[in-house]
Amino acid sequence: MTRRLLTGNGAAAWGARLARADYIPAFPITPQTEIIESLGQWIDTGAMPGRMVTFESEHSMITAAGSAAATGVRVFSATSSQGLLYGMEMLYTVAGWRAPFVLVNVSRGLASPITLEPDHNDVLAARDCGFLQIHCATCQEVLDSILIAYRLAEDPQVRLPVIVNLDGFYLSFTREPVELPDVQACANYVGSYDAENVRFRASAPESQAVAVLGGGPYSYFRYETQLAAMNGLAVYDEVADGFAQVFGRLHGAVEAYRSEDAEYVFVMMGSFATKAKEAVDQLRNAGWRIGLLRPRLVRPFPAARWSELLAGKRGAAIIDQNLSFGMGGVLHTEIASALYGMNAVQPVLASFVGGLGGRDISPQEFFEMAGVIRDAAQRGESPPPRLLYTEDELREVRKLQAVAQVEREELAKNEPKG
Amino acid sequence: MTESQIRFRRMKDLPSTHLLGTGTPMCAGCGGLEALHEIYDILGEKTVFVNAAGCMTLLSVYPFTPVRGSWLYTAMASAPAGAQGIRDALDILLERKAITAEEDLEVVVLTGDGAAYGMGLSATSGAMERNLDFVYICYDNEGYGNTGQQYSGATPHGARTATSLGSHGFGGYKKDLFSIWAAHRPAYVATVIGAEPLDLARKIEKARTLHGPRMIIALAPCPTGWDYDPKESVEIGKLAVKTGVWPLREYIDGKVVHTKMPHPRIPVEEYLMRQGRFRHLFEPQRDQQLLGEIQQRVDAYWSGIE
Ligand SMILES: Cc1ncc(C[n+]2csc(CCOP(=O)(O)OP(=O)(O)O)c2C)c(N)n1
Ligand code: SF4
Ligand SMILES: [Mg+2]
Repeated sequence: MTRRLLTGNGAAAWGARLARADYIPAFPITPQTEIIESLGQWIDTGAMPGRMVTFESEHSMITAAGSAAATGVRVFSATSSQGLLYGMEMLYTVAGWRAPFVLVNVSRGLASPITLEPDHNDVLAARDCGFLQIHCATCQEVLDSILIAYRLAEDPQVRLPVIVNLDGFYLSFTREPVELPDVQACANYVGSYDAENVRFRASAPESQAVAVLGGGPYSYFRYETQLAAMNGLAVYDEVADGFAQVFGRLHGAVEAYRSEDAEYVFVMMGSFATKAKEAVDQLRNAGWRIGLLRPRLVRPFPAARWSELLAGKRGAAIIDQNLSFGMGGVLHTEIASALYGMNAVQPVLASFVGGLGGRDISPQEFFEMAGVIRDAAQRGESPPPRLLYTEDELREVRKLQAVAQVEREELAKNEPKG
Repeated sequence: MTESQIRFRRMKDLPSTHLLGTGTPMCAGCGGLEALHEIYDILGEKTVFVNAAGCMTLLSVYPFTPVRGSWLYTAMASAPAGAQGIRDALDILLERKAITAEEDLEVVVLTGDGAAYGMGLSATSGAMERNLDFVYICYDNEGYGNTGQQYSGATPHGARTATSLGSHGFGGYKKDLFSIWAAHRPAYVATVIGAEPLDLARKIEKARTLHGPRMIIALAPCPTGWDYDPKESVEIGKLAVKTGVWPLREYIDGKVVHTKMPHPRIPVEEYLMRQGRFRHLFEPQRDQQLLGEIQQRVDAYWSGIE
């Protein structure tokens, strides 16, 4: 095992290499591009076997990823944001082919307005498509999760594609020390892809993904996908345990940080959860019994695990780095539904939206949120959802608006009359 | 004489056994299905069809399929990309000796004109630019047939469609997909029609023996969308060629060759008047101006060739 300084993108490329991906359909998009550039370079210099093809769109890229997996080779691909949405029709389509592969998404906020910095609206837009989802908070986790994802995807009980998510900029471009696992150990752990009956061969003609007539057969195949995704819960635990045994790092479906004896918890996914961890440490020093719960496995959603982990807590502040317009934070809804009707004392939930388009969440804001959830728990009543924003930020936007206004007036003055 | 002409010298050289199963839900007299029958007999069953949304999607409805080889339905826009994934995967498996050469398949994209001329054009362009080794069959029924024959990029000038019901029909012009494809300099481009089976067989045979992108557009007379009696399909197909409306041509090695010269060319009217979609050109009164314009465009095309 060797340790190296790797960016999240570098770690993702290493994950694909160590999993011995045969085929890499690609398309560039910031902040993902470094992944395919690294893989391309390795393939060009012979450092890695495999074949990379750059398509003319993500829609085509996902189609080819699915059809290659359906022919029986191991596929890796990567995208981000607008690219993930451009391929959305095919995310739903290829998941139904039940051909497993791994797709890395480097989260980035969606237009409009167009931006490069991260939040989770892109990956959560793919929440219901049939891909399973693993969310990472560190570069090490990115590499490890890709290896785990192949085991999960290719398991005969599952056979579904998996998205491994990392945040743009905060992980994609941040160097962290990453342990590169031994090549042979990785090969042994991931194994080779046995496509079984998912393939095209002259001697065994096969019609895949054919049309159905009526809701009966349609529902049958959709329910099969649901059952396969739910099988993913047990399979995930098994392959994550297997990973921990070989490599010594346990990546559970939910990461629980100082939460066991906690009265209050933050719930947050992705790299911003490391900010929440720091806030937890500081609050603990100030005498709080507070912790953090971080969803890693988002699909399938380990609802039972969540109700166990949250049972008996007084309050949970759920911080969503996404926004479902007209409703609110997506994670908040998911957690609330997991808790509804549970048998133990339920925590009061408070919903916060923050970190959109890479907006920072400061320690003060974490302290404030802790205060809000404690007061709410004392009252026994959920507070209204909050969109995090500071007076300073508002003042900055007002300045931009003032500049825009002055410039517009100036232009109007100089416009020829007539 | 080229080899493909040698194999198919006359009508009785055409395959007498037919590979495509019967009982599909296509309409009676479907010109697209007619062409596909003829094409499949020559390509054979060591094929995988990669299909885009359209009428032909209903060929394979669970649990039935008329194809003896393989089939993958993709989506409307990206069948060529689906073909690329399969081709690349088969090549990887062959290289690794994970499968033998006998297990290899010819990858065949099958789409309508809506996909080929429009939504899937960028994916097709990409596949050609990557020199993908595949066959593309576009059955061109000159509209979005599966959704009720709205106009597409392939609809001819003046045709009535579900979205061009005015007295002059469709105001746009049929896109020259043959030339758009040929501009990519692929291995082969050809136009065919089921009503000229010998010409079709020679071209498919030629395509079969080449490598790289081999692009076929089959004009597909469509009784449902063009509004005529299904028994007229073959006759209307022949008229499309005889009037010069559908030039039978091929592109190979940088040159375009016409494989059948309509001599003498008969008036376009003969073709138009057989189809309900052009009835407004004749009733309640003759639209001389529009008829003249259509004839003139066909004449202009051939004047550069004859
Ligand atoms: C993305 C998308 N948009 C629209 C449709 C609806 N649709 C299904 S078939 C079809 C028509 C396709 O036309 P064409 O390619 O000419 O094939 P044809 O139906 O004429 O056989 C359309 C618009 C679809 N399936 N997918
Ligand atoms: S609508 Fe036209 S193209 Fe479609 S199946 Fe019927 S005849 Fe064939
Ligand atoms: Mg059509």
